[in-house]
Amino acid sequence: MAEIKVDCTGEICPVPLVETRKALRKAKKGDIVEVTGTHPSSKKEIPMAVKALGLKLIDMSEKGGVWKIRIRR
Amino acid sequence: MADKITIIVHSGDMDKVYSALIIGNGALAMGMEASLFFTFWGLQRLKKGGLEKGPLSKMNMLGLGKWMINQRMKKAGVVSLERLLQDFHELGGKILACDMTMEIMGVKKEDLRDDLISDYCAVGTYLTEARGSKVTLFI
Repeated sequence: MAEIKVDCTGEICPVPLVETRKALRKAKKGDIVEVTGTHPSSKKEIPMAVKALGLKLIDMSEKGGVWKIRIRR
Repeated sequence: MADKITIIVHSGDMDKVYSALIIGNGALAMGMEASLFFTFWGLQRLKKGGLEKGPLSKMNMLGLGKWMINQRMKKAGVVSLERLLQDFHELGGKILACDMTMEIMGVKKEDLRDDLISDYCAVGTYLTEARGSKVTLFI
């Protein structure tokens, strides 16, 4: 199973959400998509999208304004 | 009812086209279907080279206001309308062109971004899309 990294550091609305979706579309079932970013609203909204898509949020962390969200496709 | 959004893009103003494309992309990102129905001034933005040509809806000041907002948007890291339109297309969003507007304004298919347009249609298609949508907006 692959791990796909998406770097959205410095990007703002709606790019982190859109790039997450693009990566999830390309990922195969079981793959992990790891999104990194700095846009505060996206940190709240990517989990909303994950829930709406019926996928699993593995974990999320934040350090110095940079957040990381890991999603299982 | 389908988890879907249908937006009429009636305005060709730069800021309003941004709203339509950001909401459309957001919907697709959150797993919804999305259709944008471009009509009247909105349709002008689907002309080849026309996407970024719209004025600012308020305080355009012959383009000076638009220029200032564009500078601020660039500084804030907002992506271009072109990028948003390409993303919308890539994520499976439907782009519909109003054929009555084409007739009224003398716009031909070859004047438009045909590669991105899913269908050339009228009110019946809009309503078919809208009646099956949980969310509809007129921008």
